[in-house]
Amino acid sequence: MRRVVEGSHAVSHAVDLARVRVISAYPITPQTHIVERLAELVADGVLDARFIRVESEHSAMAAVIGAASAGVRSFTASSSHGLALMHEMLHWAAGARLPIVMAEVNRAMGPGWNIWADQTDSLSQRDTGWLQFYCEDVQDVIDTILIAYRVAERVSLPVMVVLDAFFLSHTYEPADLPEHADVDEFLPPWEPVEVLDPAEPRAFNQLASPEFYMEFRHKMQQAMDEALAAYPEIDRAFAARFGRTHPLVEHIPAEDGARAPLALVTTGTITSTARAALAELRDRGTPVDLVKLRALRPFPQDEIRRVLGPYGRVAVIDRNLSFGYGGIFAQEIRAALSSLADRPVVYPFVAGLGGRDVTPDTVRAVVDRALDDEPPGDILWAGLKE
Amino acid sequence: MPIDLPPSERMTSGHLACPGCGAAIAMRFVLKGLGDRVVMVIPACCWSIIAGPFPYTALKVPVLHTAFETGGAVASGIRAALDVKGDHETQVVTWAGDGGTFDIGLQSLSGAAERGEDILYVCYDNEAYMNTGVQGSGATPEGAWTTTTPTGSPKATRKKDIMQIMAAHAIPYAATASIAYPEDLVRKVQKAASIRGTKFLHIFATCPTGWKVPSEVSVGLARLAVQTRIFPLYEVEDGERYTINVEPKGYLVDAYFKAQGRFKHLTAEDLERIQERVDHGWSRLEALARIA
Repeated sequence: MRRVVEGSHAVSHAVDLARVRVISAYPITPQTHIVERLAELVADGVLDARFIRVESEHSAMAAVIGAASAGVRSFTASSSHGLALMHEMLHWAAGARLPIVMAEVNRAMGPGWNIWADQTDSLSQRDTGWLQFYCEDVQDVIDTILIAYRVAERVSLPVMVVLDAFFLSHTYEPADLPEHADVDEFLPPWEPVEVLDPAEPRAFNQLASPEFYMEFRHKMQQAMDEALAAYPEIDRAFAARFGRTHPLVEHIPAEDGARAPLALVTTGTITSTARAALAELRDRGTPVDLVKLRALRPFPQDEIRRVLGPYGRVAVIDRNLSFGYGGIFAQEIRAALSSLADRPVVYPFVAGLGGRDVTPDTVRAVVDRALDDEPPGDILWAGLKE
Repeated sequence: MPIDLPPSERMTSGHLACPGCGAAIAMRFVLKGLGDRVVMVIPACCWSIIAGPFPYTALKVPVLHTAFETGGAVASGIRAALDVKGDHETQVVTWAGDGGTFDIGLQSLSGAAERGEDILYVCYDNEAYMNTGVQGSGATPEGAWTTTTPTGSPKATRKKDIMQIMAAHAIPYAATASIAYPEDLVRKVQKAASIRGTKFLHIFATCPTGWKVPSEVSVGLARLAVQTRIFPLYEVEDGERYTINVEPKGYLVDAYFKAQGRFKHLTAEDLERIQERVDHGWSRLEALARIA
């Protein structure tokens, strides 16, 4: 059914479509619309689930860890400081191998207080063992929630579905909301291997000595590898049913069959801006190819090498910053490309921190600088005031 | 004197508790009272170790080990999951130490109690962070030595009154219990299990290692804590109705304090001050029980 939906409500309705049974959340701007709509869906009896109104984000994650450990599909949503408060339990959810899905609205970290888009909150959670998928638009949000549960339950790891504050969370767009029956086919009920069950008592998450701990971690890495390997098949299954595909690395050449001198890598809503800006540049005789990167973890290293390796130059726009180094996606991309003998020069741009607009002009400026003879450096600021 | 307790044993030998550990005794009695439809949540505490390392467990109930401050929240999540699966019979029990209850876990416990989650939260109180090597907690009594309240500057403030805090949440049932009174303890577990809503049990659990006492005095010392009115046994229903369960003999506190290495630096004046506080606390409790 085609409807005009807000990005946040797209999350809520996808959670309903996924037949989630336990939701726990604590409010934080700009995540609130997601959980408000979910509370309504549960209160109205549309979604047959329990909504646990906890007293903190830390407890929100703890509660869904409890619920998932009892074998029930679970969901939470957070943002920024809320996500940071959850940090300890993010490790716990992944280490406990629970297929929890969380919507995370990218918002800047304080101080100063800033509620606007910035990816540093989710990227700071890189090493917790969560998969992270970044969304471009409302349709992407709906589809990614459904795909996320399928991937999570396949490999027994939690997934963060990430959307930009306001640019996506509070934007209304027409989108296709799938029917329950179709989603049920794509996403059957979760069948956990081991759950808390008085009839079969087991201990979960107990003391793990050096004799065992490293193998547990090795298995988590294997699960990440499996997620990467299984993703194309899951994406194909999704496409077969719903007619849309969401590859981890989407290659959008300016001109079919030709390779432009420059590839621009984007994540999140900046991709939509770049699509428009690059189409205009192409029409004016400056072809630049676009690469939409969807995953931080598992990082699609082979695909990044295959797609970006042949280019002479690659520009990356990061709406995030690792202080003392630079943009985080650029860092990951440079690391992946470093194993290639013949590799592109990477231009690592940092732009749009704390919700500063990244406009078509910003994209054009980035392209100009990457095509110019400016030395690439380790960090290139775009849109910074003098 | 033989004691009358359910014969079931859901705690096995081979656990890793120190000799004379009150927390091990408390677990054994609580499990006797609970029956076999139980899921247990253990946030970081001595019992994270006592229960045994992977791939062993000393408990014959399913256990979810979890992070320090999450006892109330994780139990809430399990309760919700069991409920949506149609299982309203299994008891969800959080088993936490005093640090995980009085201090770092107080927020999630308070949240669960405010929401009226149908869980039983048990705090076994050994009055310090014992698993990490005897550091002071909000449950450490005034005057006590711990490694972070050393003899030169023992704990200057009073033990937090967790029972008043829980009573203020107006939960249907809160009770104190002691390893020295197993029948009273098991009765309270059974009573708690029969009530819907948030139940809280505060169990006095001697720690010979941290209190610097011989392991064989563990139960006797717990009895002395009750008989001196330092740790009275009582119940609070709906945050209002107080019932005193054991009438203490009212021994002077000296006997209790002088038996323990952690208090050996206390002066006669210190003990006099503490005696006054204990007397005052008892009068207050008696008054509350009279109102009911």
